[in-house]
Amino acid sequence: MSFIDWVDERFPATKVWKEHFTEYYAPKNFNFWYFFGSLALVVLVLQIITGLLLAMNYKPDAELAFASVEYIMRDVWGGWFVRYMHSTGASMFFVVIYLHMFRGLLYGSYRNPRELIWIFGMVIYLAMMATAFFGYLLPWGQMSFWGAQVIVNLFETLPFIGAALSEWIRGDYVISDITLNRFFAFHFLIPFILLGLVFLHIVSLHKVGSNNPDGIEIKKGPKGNKWSKDAPADSIPFHPYYTVKDVMGLVVFLIFFIIIVFFMPEMGGYFLEQPNFEPANPLKTPDHIAPVWYFTPYYAILRAVPSFAGTQVWGVLAMGASIAMFFILPWLDRSPVKSIRYKGPIFKSCLTVFAISFVVLGYLGTQPPTPGLTLLAQVFSIIYFAFFLLMPIYSKMDKTKPVPERLTK
Amino acid sequence: MKLKIVTLLLILLPAVGFASSASKMEMDHIEVALNNKASLQNGAKLFVNYCLSCHSAQYMRYNRMASDLGIPEDVVRENMVFTDSKIGDLMTTTMNAKDATKWFGVAPPDLSLIGRLRDPEWLYNYLRSFYLDENSPSGWNNVVFENVAMPHALYELQGQRKAIFKTVTEADGLEVEKLDRFELVKPGKMTLEEYDDAMKDLTNFLVYLGEPAKMVRGKYGVWVIIFLLMFGALAYALKKEYWRDVH
Repeated sequence: MSFIDWVDERFPATKVWKEHFTEYYAPKNFNFWYFFGSLALVVLVLQIITGLLLAMNYKPDAELAFASVEYIMRDVWGGWFVRYMHSTGASMFFVVIYLHMFRGLLYGSYRNPRELIWIFGMVIYLAMMATAFFGYLLPWGQMSFWGAQVIVNLFETLPFIGAALSEWIRGDYVISDITLNRFFAFHFLIPFILLGLVFLHIVSLHKVGSNNPDGIEIKKGPKGNKWSKDAPADSIPFHPYYTVKDVMGLVVFLIFFIIIVFFMPEMGGYFLEQPNFEPANPLKTPDHIAPVWYFTPYYAILRAVPSFAGTQVWGVLAMGASIAMFFILPWLDRSPVKSIRYKGPIFKSCLTVFAISFVVLGYLGTQPPTPGLTLLAQVFSIIYFAFFLLMPIYSKMDKTKPVPERLTK
Repeated sequence: MKLKIVTLLLILLPAVGFASSASKMEMDHIEVALNNKASLQNGAKLFVNYCLSCHSAQYMRYNRMASDLGIPEDVVRENMVFTDSKIGDLMTTTMNAKDATKWFGVAPPDLSLIGRLRDPEWLYNYLRSFYLDENSPSGWNNVVFENVAMPHALYELQGQRKAIFKTVTEADGLEVEKLDRFELVKPGKMTLEEYDDAMKDLTNFLVYLGEPAKMVRGKYGVWVIIFLLMFGALAYALKKEYWRDVH
């Protein structure tokens, strides 16, 4: 009896390996957009490893935190490399996830029967935002401190419970050592919750099978291919075909990643903001407080909404709603086809305009507000919401193309 | 139609975004050269002699600086450490923050990361833009950083200068005060050109001080990319071989 048989009698090792790798049949026409799922997983693992190494030298103490980061940068062997891997990884995680989400939008991957995959994905996205937010406080620079101050203060606008809630989150009247300590605890915890959520995301994906650039359900098509007579005809085993392909994609991604880590770790102030090289000073407010780029689309929406009826809560609600829109997306799209390839001109232009408005809002969120820019942010916020809220109407009236029976290239 | 509006707005964006800057003078350009050891060494000499008495570089160690800049440790120990610090100690200052606040109004900031907090251009121009100002408590002012608490620590090198301002009407009709020229009142030990070169070295050193890893990361980066390219070629060949079954 071989070792693996011994294990299999006690744990379904071979069964799991087969179901999820060698006998997981994926559509054979995955394109460029399908690299980002595996890349996201790699970046998550990289973040956990580099984060663990950083935590060995970092001190979550308001008196020591800033100095401990500089200690890592200067005195810890290879510390600067680990730190830049982690700071670059944080931003690149969002780059990868935004592209991964856009793939979903392009090919209708959020639609029946994949609503739960999409919802789990959105929960992952929320968890990422939370851990990124907690992590950004840890270097204890000016932007860390004031960024956290601004974001936690958002809760203060909520009626009745606002003030108590934001105080409860901080554990103090201002962002302080107490806040830093608990943010560190959460920052360390959430990535492991993320791993669990990724597990759910993949389990639900493997239950219904992967979508594809044609948005065709290959399980409903003819059966039988080179590898199995029961598998969909247009499918190939995930391993080895997509594993070797994903390794190729990973190398290309790592080249971009490494260029940033070694040659431009600040990424022009977008990955590491310049004011954050000054230790947190509660008595000195920076001229301009901007969150890191991956939050700025929502920050722009927040600032675009004027306060009225004596409260600023509307902006906060709009920001919450802008993220909530993604959760209900599976039920907004009424088009008879899934993929952008067969959708009509209306949906295509709406998606294009939405993508542009997301980028423009992201840019506006980094800029100090002026009346002109605020007006622009208002226009693009309306476009952002219109994309979702009008979707039931325009996706239905759009003129779609006939969907082929079998997968195309 | 929608697309056209968006495109139009995108074109307009920079016009709305970039308001005129408030700087009182044109900044002179500086090329940072971390591979220029002589410049870095001179910058380090200026730094320990003129900056370190008030400012600290509390995240940097003397021996790290020594090995990065190629200065023998005993030279550093004898000529660059003015406190009772040991060679492996952090570059702190003896001035205590309370006294400093009494003397200058604010404690001089730590300079370890000033090269990352400020652009090299800013540092280079700041260091060269002090002028005599009777209205300032220290007797000095600075064109780049108005009403800065810091006096001109390097005046014995640059000399003492007056600043002559002029009023300029900008394109938007706003009248603003701009620097016309500096006037040398009392020359220093250096000519102005020598002083400019010295400040280039000092700025260079401050950029190094902000991130010592910057000296080496590019070198490692090249090797990692070469490795990835070779590994990528293998990965591509492997993929192609496997995918022959599919096509």
